[in-house]
Amino acid sequence: MANFEIIRREDFSPVTYLLEVRHPLMAKAARAGQFVIVMQSEQGERIPLTIADYDRKNGTITLVIQAVGKTTMQMQQECQVGTSLYGLVGPMGIPSPISHAKKVMCVGGGLGVAPIFPQARAFKEAGAYVIAVLGFRNKELIFWEDKFRACCDQLILCTNDGSAGMKGLITDGIRMALEGHKNIEEAIAIGPPVMMKACAEATRPHKIKTMVSVNPIMVDGTGMCGGCRVKVGDQVKFACVDGPDFDGHLLDFDDLMSRLQRYTKVEKMAAERWSDSCRMTKQVGPSALDALLPGQVEQKDLLELPDPFEEVQGG
Amino acid sequence: MATKKKTIRTIPQDRTPMREVDPQVRAKNFEEVACGYNLEEAVRESERCLLCPDQPCVAGCPVGIDIPGFIKKINEKNLRGAFDVLTDTNLLPAICGRVCPQENQCEGVCTVGESLEATAIGRLERFVGDTAIKEGWVNIPHIEPNRFKVGIVGSGPAGMACAADMAKAGCDVTVYEAFHLPGGVLRYGIPDFRLPNSVIDAEIRKLEQLGVKFECNTLVGRLFTIEQMIDELGFHAVFIGVGAGYPTGMNIPGDSLNGVLSANELLTRCNLMNAKAFPKFDTPLPIGRRVAVVGAGNTAMDATRVSLRLGAEKVYCIYRRSRTEAPARVEEVHHAEQEGVEFHWLTNPVAIIDDGRGNVRGMRCVSMELGEPDDSGRRRPVVIPGSEFDFETDVVVYAIGTNANPIMGQTSKVKLNKWGYIGADDSLATSVAGVFAGGDIVTGAATVIEAMGAGRKAAISMKKYLGIRDAEQPYLSGLQGGADTLFGIDLRERNFARVRINPDSSAIPSTTQA
Repeated sequence: MANFEIIRREDFSPVTYLLEVRHPLMAKAARAGQFVIVMQSEQGERIPLTIADYDRKNGTITLVIQAVGKTTMQMQQECQVGTSLYGLVGPMGIPSPISHAKKVMCVGGGLGVAPIFPQARAFKEAGAYVIAVLGFRNKELIFWEDKFRACCDQLILCTNDGSAGMKGLITDGIRMALEGHKNIEEAIAIGPPVMMKACAEATRPHKIKTMVSVNPIMVDGTGMCGGCRVKVGDQVKFACVDGPDFDGHLLDFDDLMSRLQRYTKVEKMAAERWSDSCRMTKQVGPSALDALLPGQVEQKDLLELPDPFEEVQGG
Repeated sequence: MATKKKTIRTIPQDRTPMREVDPQVRAKNFEEVACGYNLEEAVRESERCLLCPDQPCVAGCPVGIDIPGFIKKINEKNLRGAFDVLTDTNLLPAICGRVCPQENQCEGVCTVGESLEATAIGRLERFVGDTAIKEGWVNIPHIEPNRFKVGIVGSGPAGMACAADMAKAGCDVTVYEAFHLPGGVLRYGIPDFRLPNSVIDAEIRKLEQLGVKFECNTLVGRLFTIEQMIDELGFHAVFIGVGAGYPTGMNIPGDSLNGVLSANELLTRCNLMNAKAFPKFDTPLPIGRRVAVVGAGNTAMDATRVSLRLGAEKVYCIYRRSRTEAPARVEEVHHAEQEGVEFHWLTNPVAIIDDGRGNVRGMRCVSMELGEPDDSGRRRPVVIPGSEFDFETDVVVYAIGTNANPIMGQTSKVKLNKWGYIGADDSLATSVAGVFAGGDIVTGAATVIEAMGAGRKAAISMKKYLGIRDAEQPYLSGLQGGADTLFGIDLRERNFARVRINPDSSAIPSTTQA
């Protein structure tokens, strides 16, 4: 059995973490915009995660994950340096086409900031003027600011509460970029579907080609189950083999968001059951500390988010 | 005793029935439905083979199994002998005995079948295969290693059959699989109650004993391309057997509602990902109270029966033609019916109705009648005007066919035909030198045994391409996998170093020394 060893881990916030996994062949093959499917254990589910970075020299790929559902919570607890993943397959999907556009806007919201990074870097390497618009809920959740500063010509940082960068939604940042630059040729947006939809609407009047990266629910990731089908224009496409990048002005976001709700009920159930079982093994007897356990926080988080997969993937 | 002249009058008139688990009991669990013959039953059924000189069954079998040969051995109670005859041509008797559409193949042309029910060839084959697994029999021939590396893409039936033949010819064979477990459609598609996982595991172990290596979690095309396999990874020949699993959509209003899923998704979640054991396994599959399955092929039958076992109270099977045209094996339709699946023949869905919250509430159908025969020779279903009606259902599963998977076309220069399948000539060679393809990715959706037949046919071409002398070719031209050969290795030559006919004469010493 192949061994997908975790060689580095970094915790960005109480719910966001980075895993660097050894896979020399994949590090060599991976390109911006592609994703992998991970199985943490033999009993686990297959979850799609966008490749946030790859290191061809050291033979590793990097994943940035948010603990929102049962699997990502369990991974947060168990995926330590030195342990291995049970399954890791990829790189999947069609790599993002890196055009020769002269000025490009890369928009990343929340966890979508991670997968937008290889695209920003690829555009920079192709000689483009790169404007990055990154949005986070608050200062604590910010990560990779330095990495973006190193490869972007302009960085617009927004937080919902104004604790860092400009205060406002990511669309405010987009508006600022559009006002500052009349000649943006292309935009790429990765994040929750609501955010990508807003971004596509913001660029539509300017007729700027806007690509979005979707992450619907998948099983195999090889074009076999059809679970990840999305509507693009009047066609049905499979995100895993025809995407994951699609034209944001043609994609049916409402259909995408509705389909992401498919398993919400069972997912919530599984997450709750898992937190409960953790609590039982960790705590001896009932404790007032219960209220402070991560399980509680995450459950609240779950209710707020449109879909665990979406946030996990960051787009 | 088997040589005694048998006639249609002297053999047992009725087909020996196979014991089955009670439909009421089995519809609630995933245990295998058909229990298989015991020795006594198998010997009795073997009596029913006339050992007729024409042997139409052999010609009816896609891989040309010496059917009278193995049945004769069963009759002599020489089960090891029967296994040897079977494995001369068929690598996976325990699987084929279960899943082949015998009524259209060997049993469909059986001489006994002209006046009585045909000899139960499939059941006998399964009996021998199961006995071999139980007894741990494996036929490992003497393998003389050569210097060739062969890569197989896809670990389904086509890939497995090709891998076995190439390994037996002495090649270093690696099979790549995108999923975390090998077996392809046998693993993710066919449910446990029809083909237990333990049977697949046993057959895969046999391949490993031949020296075949399985590399899972490997998506060929994306992790490395077919061209890279030849140019960089050092493979001398490659076989593509990736199947045609891209599900065809229904293209009717409401087909993207939550609760509408492909049979592939349903079966993969249940079989491969073990959603039936949720929450012990993490993959969910809420099934709903009522399920409508569209289509009437084997996949559709599997979907109906899986839905029952997952706890659906009502399962409907919706098919636009009549029962006679249903592509599923007769036995599968029969089993589904026994277990309580409600069949609606001559019914075609026109829309899926939502509940206002993005979920399925019901389905709108029209009634059909059969008109003139179409291109496929089956009578074309025609809508009866004004016959529209609605019925309620919570889940809609579509099993109306599959298309070619696009990954190979996206990532390699292998030429595709106009439908997107890989273009291959009669020898199954593709447009790229050294690359062969077979199974569903060439022909479109077919059966397990046809895929295995293609895998074996490609192996013959690959050996020729590599310059490996195929024992069958010089002496026994025209005979494929006859009783005297073991996967292409002449039994009489078992202990001799293989001689390769290769224009590159410098390569010969390295082989003969090995």
